[in-house]
Amino acid sequence: MPENKSGSPQLRDEDNHNLIPMWLLAELTYACPVQCPYCSNPLQISANRKQELTTEQWIDVLGQARALGAVQLGFSGGEPLVRPDLAVLIQEATNLGFYTNLITSAIGLDAAKIAAFKAAGLNHIQISFQGSNQESNKKFGGTDSFRHKMEMTSEVIHQEIPLGLNFVLHRQNIHQVGEFLETAELLGAEFVELANTQYYGWAKHNQQGLLPSRKQVEDAERVTNEFRSRHKGNMDVFFVAPDYYDDRPKKCSNGWATTFITVTPEGHVLPCHAAKVIPGLDFPNVKQHKLSDIWRSSDLFNKYRGTNWMVEPCASCPERMIDLGGCRCQALMLTGDAANADPVCSLSPFHDRVTKITDRASGEFDSSEPVPLLFRNMKNAEQFNQDQS
Amino acid sequence: MSSLNLDIDSFAINPQYRFQWETAQQCHVLLFPEGLVKLSDSAAEILRLCQQPTTLATLLSALEKMFPGVEGLEDDVREFLSDAREQEWITPA
Repeated sequence: MPENKSGSPQLRDEDNHNLIPMWLLAELTYACPVQCPYCSNPLQISANRKQELTTEQWIDVLGQARALGAVQLGFSGGEPLVRPDLAVLIQEATNLGFYTNLITSAIGLDAAKIAAFKAAGLNHIQISFQGSNQESNKKFGGTDSFRHKMEMTSEVIHQEIPLGLNFVLHRQNIHQVGEFLETAELLGAEFVELANTQYYGWAKHNQQGLLPSRKQVEDAERVTNEFRSRHKGNMDVFFVAPDYYDDRPKKCSNGWATTFITVTPEGHVLPCHAAKVIPGLDFPNVKQHKLSDIWRSSDLFNKYRGTNWMVEPCASCPERMIDLGGCRCQALMLTGDAANADPVCSLSPFHDRVTKITDRASGEFDSSEPVPLLFRNMKNAEQFNQDQS
Repeated sequence: MSSLNLDIDSFAINPQYRFQWETAQQCHVLLFPEGLVKLSDSAAEILRLCQQPTTLATLLSALEKMFPGVEGLEDDVREFLSDAREQEWITPA
């Protein structure tokens, strides 16, 4: 865990008063009953729940974020249902005027909790699936939860809370897209996100077993488009392609420290949920600093704001305002320096590092190929912690 | 998406959406799952009146009282409501 060993982060005043962190991601806990090998949490997640922010500290954070202008709130984790105070936090967020989203595996959910969350003002639930059927959901989530997810999906629809289903795609389940869409429609879902794995944290570690070939991605997109044209208007389907197959990168979190703010279970504040991988940064904590000071004046949030930090080829690139150089974490992981252009960009001198990875994934997927995936659980996280110290 | 005939049907803001004033942004917004739209002043004036089920006639009569003598009001409101329906900001009610 990259703890802040140097004490307080250097705070400096800059004129960032016009930027509003409209989206707050509240990672309530790292505890999780699911063991997805594509989790974007850091590898060194802590099993020590005593370091988690208390109910009172979270309520204070929510109030501070709202005062800064945050209006969309995601309760995430880990699995946020693990927190016994979740309904209290939803109620507080509702009172503050947030639009509240619960991002969950549905494990631990039941009809009574759904009713309690609705009474507390919950606006939206997103339920994630790890596979399109009982077998693959168990294989990639490490829990036998498919039937329960189906039941909870129906229950959320029955209780009339807006619902989205999220199916995380990777090399070993992307061929199930059609089956998943049929299931989602049968359940009556109005919105489905088919999100290809993004390669941070555990997913980066497991990348070789997870990255689909270009052909697999194209096949999945074709099946998705065919489904859309057959079922026009009944269900919105959003397909997120893996950016490794693009020739231009995606903006980091809509622009580093422009829109998003993440608070981790222990109270660290990040401009994107993966930023902890970047070395040499101090991560300010809400236990020591006001959220407004962190947002406006911390070194961390100012480090990659705007374009002044850019090096070539980004610095003089006519497209630099379109993608703001892409993802800082991806630049770090693949080039060794977070200030470099995201190497997904074909103009990056390091672009071959992406194509080497995609070339390796280009082989036809064989369902009998061995699956050396490391599952996200506290035992494996403990191993990483020991290896690091 | 079910159809909406502005001359017959009553309508309201989509129950999945929420209309509210945002002090930090100094504008009204429409909030929906994982997103938001910033509203212009005129869009906000119309949507404010759609928080409860209403009809085009009721809406126009209220707006004409608020903005007397504005030319082309009905055309502008019809155009906005038709866009708003397309975006699913409003639904039959």
